[in-house]
Amino acid sequence: MRNKTNNKKNNNMILAAMPLYLFTLVFVVGPMLYMVGLSFSTNKGGYGVDWTFTLDNYRQILEPVYLQTFVQSFQLAISSTLIIMLLGYPFGYFMSRLSDKGKSRMMLAIMVPFWVNSLIRLYGWIIVLQTKGVFNELLLNLGLIKAPLKLLYSYPAVLLGMVYALLPFMILSVYSSAEKLDWTLIEASRDLGATKAQTFWNITWKLTLPGLLSGMILTFIPSMGLFFIADILGGNKIVLVGSLIQDQMTRGSNWPFAAALAVVLTILTSVSIYLYTKITKVKELEVM
Amino acid sequence: MKKNGKFSKVYLGIILLFIYLPIFFVVMYSFNESKSTAVWGGLSFKWYKDLLRDRDIMEALRNSLVLGVISCFTSAVIGTVGAVGMARSHLRMKGVVEYVARLPIMIPEIILGMVFMAFFSLMNLPFGMVTLVIAHTAFCIPYILMMVKARLVGMDPSLEEAARDLGASSMRTFMDITLPLLMPAVLSGSLLAFAMSLDDVVISIFVTGPRLNTLPIKVYSQMKFGVTPEINALCTLMLGATLLVLFLYSLLKRLHK
Repeated sequence: MRNKTNNKKNNNMILAAMPLYLFTLVFVVGPMLYMVGLSFSTNKGGYGVDWTFTLDNYRQILEPVYLQTFVQSFQLAISSTLIIMLLGYPFGYFMSRLSDKGKSRMMLAIMVPFWVNSLIRLYGWIIVLQTKGVFNELLLNLGLIKAPLKLLYSYPAVLLGMVYALLPFMILSVYSSAEKLDWTLIEASRDLGATKAQTFWNITWKLTLPGLLSGMILTFIPSMGLFFIADILGGNKIVLVGSLIQDQMTRGSNWPFAAALAVVLTILTSVSIYLYTKITKVKELEVM
Repeated sequence: MKKNGKFSKVYLGIILLFIYLPIFFVVMYSFNESKSTAVWGGLSFKWYKDLLRDRDIMEALRNSLVLGVISCFTSAVIGTVGAVGMARSHLRMKGVVEYVARLPIMIPEIILGMVFMAFFSLMNLPFGMVTLVIAHTAFCIPYILMMVKARLVGMDPSLEEAARDLGASSMRTFMDITLPLLMPAVLSGSLLAFAMSLDDVVISIFVTGPRLNTLPIKVYSQMKFGVTPEINALCTLMLGATLLVLFLYSLLKRLHK
């Protein structure tokens, strides 16, 4: 009797999981497999696909122009991740040491900007950075510069945009792991005569590392694909893999090549996630 | 021990300033008489008036809200029921399915966008609201799963068992016991999903129809061909609405106490 109800319960629960299974199968697995298939097909131009097997799309990626794009994207992603780490880690850590009230206020302060469209926030930076913008006017008025600087449409501007857009993710994940920190451990370490630096290195740093690493993943992955930041703040000068894929899908209409680019990008990001879980032995990304 | 020094306060302040600086200027220039953001032409509300008359922007806003609500609701239902079903049954390949279901936020958005574009055209789906809803639901589900799963782990299973021992059906147990307990997680997951949907430009650009604009798409195209201060006004209003909701929420909480 007991067994029977358990079985029935299990069946009902399997039924409950079905929509998720089906949706995932049709709209996540399906498209991904299609992408892989597409990447081995021959480009016919336009919408049609010629299903003749070829490796040309992958060969094309090895051409210097495209390889250069990958290198540039990686450089940008790595440098923005590093800057975000340097800025975000102390923030998350300090935030976890605020009073309870301070914590929830700070949390709000971090979350509210999410409700301002991210493109508009970038537009705010354009207002600040443009030739006749706020920043240049300030410097001119202070007499620090004679002619306005050209700040927009440059590599540093794109870097700033990336750091700005992704910093909150780092802050939140560092905070979530620093918040769980057991303060008695730190007190114990101090009581046993360790210096502040030693305590930080041996305890705080090690225990907040999972948060830092998941923050790095959460900033590294999107930074490979945020083509609109490079587009808006970089003019046409900085071409990232993301911009290249978009271009190949729309104007270039070379879908097989776009698919090959996407496959390579997926593999690269999956490998970095895999390495992350191996290094940290963490199974879940820590967000919030 | 748990005390912050002066340095940390200054640091927190500087980073907050960095985060709010562009927002401050967006708000400020929404009240600018002049159309250019290079000159301050005096205080004016004219962009707010223009905004209300601008059919394109209003329609884009409406599309975004409709899209956000539908995909948020669909993903909340599929995600919550799915998470409970997976946690309470012995299905094969649970781990794999969960991993794949979370894939949409684990890979760069651009890939999801292009993959959907190719796949939807293969399936001959008409590009527009339907394709947008499917795509947004796909990347909203992971947020719900994440939140609900975390809550399920900390939930006492004996409550559900008690309900079932007293003869409640699976459906009844779910509606009367599990769902109310999960509600905070479902709501915070949905809120996050809604915010992400409202803000998405990368995926939407690939799957939208030729004549359907969402707000971010509209803003994006304006940013390439010149932004009207109406957008500043709209964002200021949205920010105002957010702050108002937060204020009411904290007021309500205080009244409850």
